[in-house]
Amino acid sequence: MVCPPFLLSLRKIWRSALIGGGVALLLALVGMVGTFHSRSVINNVVSVGQVLFLFPVWYATYVSLRQMSEERKKVLIASLTAGIVGSLPLVLLLLIGAGINLRAMFVNASPALYKILTFGQNLWPGVLVLIVVSALVTLTAGLLLQLSSRWQRALIQGFLWLFIAGLMRDLILTVTNRWGPLAGVVQFFFAANGLTPLGAVLLLAIVIGLAFRPRRQVESQPVNSRARWMVLGGIALIFLFLPQILGPFFSEILDNVMMYILMGLGLNIVVGYAGLLDLGYVAFFAIGAYTMGILTSPELNAHPLTYWQALPFAMVIAMISGVILGLPVLKLRGDYLAIVTLGFGEIVRLLVLSDWLRPWLGGTQGIQLIAQPKIGNLTLQSQVQLYYLFLAWVVVVVFIAWRLKDSRLGRSWMALREDEDVARAMGINHVTTKLLAFATGALFSGISGTIFAAKLTSVYPHSMNFLVSINVLALLILGGMGSIPGVFVGALVLIGAPELLREFAEYRYLVYGALLVAMMLYRPEGLWPEERRKLELHEEEFVESTSVAAETE
Amino acid sequence: MAILVIKDLTKRFGGLQALSKINLEIEKGSIHSIIGPNGAGKTTLFNCITGFYVPDEGDIIFDGRNIAGLPTDQIVRRGIARTYQNIRLFKNMTAIENILVGMHPHLRSGIIGGILRDPRTRKEEQEALQEARRLLQLVNLQGRGDTLAKNLPYGEQRRLEIARALASRPKLLLLDEPTAGMNPKETLEMMNFIRNLRDTLGITIVLIEHQMRMVMGISERITVLDFGEKIAEGTPKEIQSNPRVIEAYLGRGAASGLGVQAQPAA
Repeated sequence: MVCPPFLLSLRKIWRSALIGGGVALLLALVGMVGTFHSRSVINNVVSVGQVLFLFPVWYATYVSLRQMSEERKKVLIASLTAGIVGSLPLVLLLLIGAGINLRAMFVNASPALYKILTFGQNLWPGVLVLIVVSALVTLTAGLLLQLSSRWQRALIQGFLWLFIAGLMRDLILTVTNRWGPLAGVVQFFFAANGLTPLGAVLLLAIVIGLAFRPRRQVESQPVNSRARWMVLGGIALIFLFLPQILGPFFSEILDNVMMYILMGLGLNIVVGYAGLLDLGYVAFFAIGAYTMGILTSPELNAHPLTYWQALPFAMVIAMISGVILGLPVLKLRGDYLAIVTLGFGEIVRLLVLSDWLRPWLGGTQGIQLIAQPKIGNLTLQSQVQLYYLFLAWVVVVVFIAWRLKDSRLGRSWMALREDEDVARAMGINHVTTKLLAFATGALFSGISGTIFAAKLTSVYPHSMNFLVSINVLALLILGGMGSIPGVFVGALVLIGAPELLREFAEYRYLVYGALLVAMMLYRPEGLWPEERRKLELHEEEFVESTSVAAETE
Repeated sequence: MAILVIKDLTKRFGGLQALSKINLEIEKGSIHSIIGPNGAGKTTLFNCITGFYVPDEGDIIFDGRNIAGLPTDQIVRRGIARTYQNIRLFKNMTAIENILVGMHPHLRSGIIGGILRDPRTRKEEQEALQEARRLLQLVNLQGRGDTLAKNLPYGEQRRLEIARALASRPKLLLLDEPTAGMNPKETLEMMNFIRNLRDTLGITIVLIEHQMRMVMGISERITVLDFGEKIAEGTPKEIQSNPRVIEAYLGRGAASGLGVQAQPAA
């Protein structure tokens, strides 16, 4: 049987719309649609929950339509029908849910969810409304494809910003309300919940306007070293005043992000540079924190030290523990190394938890009354003050990581990562090189741990769990293995973003998982991939040769 | 004078005798080829010389000292460098970084120097970089230094691997099938390049090779291995007319067909 080509492509589009519908069904059943319905993108018009169950079908339709080359009428028909097909999983849920109580299996399949899905209507009119809305939504995908690619991009960007602005309304206002006269301008856009309809239209217009601004040819401008220093200085200034810009509400989040940046920079050396997959990285964080606790807390120690006195001990002990982990795993590679390091992390956690070591390590109750760092008469205890302590360390550690990367040692690490046998045949001593990677990584993590202990003035075994290691590794993967800016981007996205939205907390790991899978499929090198330094040609020559290359293209 | 003397070298893998009682002398400044059918033990011999394998018996005397059983990083420091049959570059590093890693034994800076970049370290890195650029030119890869090794075309990867080996300033260079996968023109270029290398740098070169035209054209001496044993050694002329060699390559009886005296097939 021969199918006409249009039917074939129609079938393909329906299939992907159905997958989109399945995703929508999943999001509804795990409760995300219900949770996010209380947040509006545009006040009283569109809620985040509604976006969650309509967007997957739209996106699936848009992506599959883009691969289709049919005439306009057929594209529109295809997009319209895709919406109907894509709504079927949710329609099915409504029909089954009307007859049978699904809540025994799916806690979230509640009348409240059905009300959201039917837009507040009764069953049959509601199903009809759902199908019609879904079809209209996917029709916009078909309409969008009729536009020029520039308009398409502008509109997609516009709606993306609209969504982000509506979702982040509370946060944006908390920040901008501190900005004096600017606050009124920003407030104009927002309603009590999400954007006002007028604000939404204005915002869309602004973003589209920006997308069509005349572009200067920035790419061909030579990147001289002065411009680069200015950019770096700008970034430094932003970091210096970040707590002032964002306000006290964000300080806790910033501290958390900085803590993970420190750990990320350390693990980046171990995993990113030297390629030694370490799944027990939290161990060194725990060792730093506990050393600080044992040495400075009067609970366990008759002669407590101050933070600064204890710091060198904590650093040395963290480094030694890095070497202790490194020694037995020198011969292990890949999966075997990962399993052993995982075990090491668990050993440290169980030791601090154990009753046997309770007199020295505090057992389940942990250690309290840990000293806070003092500079002169000033005790660093507020979140903003500690932010600056973190920042100071981050600056030092970034400097070290950056310098090492382009040193003889950094090259040895990378050579070991690429091919250990050949690296050794090049005269690289794998024992000292690997141990240096473990020790440096452990040092940075230990430092992070000492500030963590000082910040809470207490440490507990349960803060040292396996998930910390996984979070650090995940932020490296997200940012880009081996890339220093990647650590910052990864920590901001993975640690910072979930803290911004309370509703996210519940679905944090679901979103993590989806994000990591998507990353591996579409951008395996990370958000800000590592760049190799240009060594053969001098900077000026390089600029010349690239501009020549740009011209010939 | 021999730069490398191998005495009664034996290497077993379980029951398999990969090399048995190999005796070999490599003349200083010569180009010496090692040939033999697949599985003859050629690469195993290289692996024993460079320390990838520890030989079961026998001595490997390089420059008057026994190096049998030393770890690879010690051997490269003594002055033996090699390339690999299936190219093993550091793929995600740039070409010039590959060469810089090759220079590792001659650089001194450690972790502190790397962080502080004191004048001594900076001077060392500058000089290393200059030498690396010079080596890039030597193997005709100028302008490719900042390309990731994995993005270089095949022939250039081969040459980069040689440059990386040369970076350790070897006295003896082992090349494992340098022309594998090359067309006749590229093979000819590689042949001239290798000869040129020996003439300008004065190093000794041992190569494993399958392309007979190259072997016969370039080598001063040839050693033939078969099933882990040395079956012949001599000048290209002697090897070409050696019945045992022809037998090893073409099967028993082939030699008689070619008009050379040999045992009839069983």
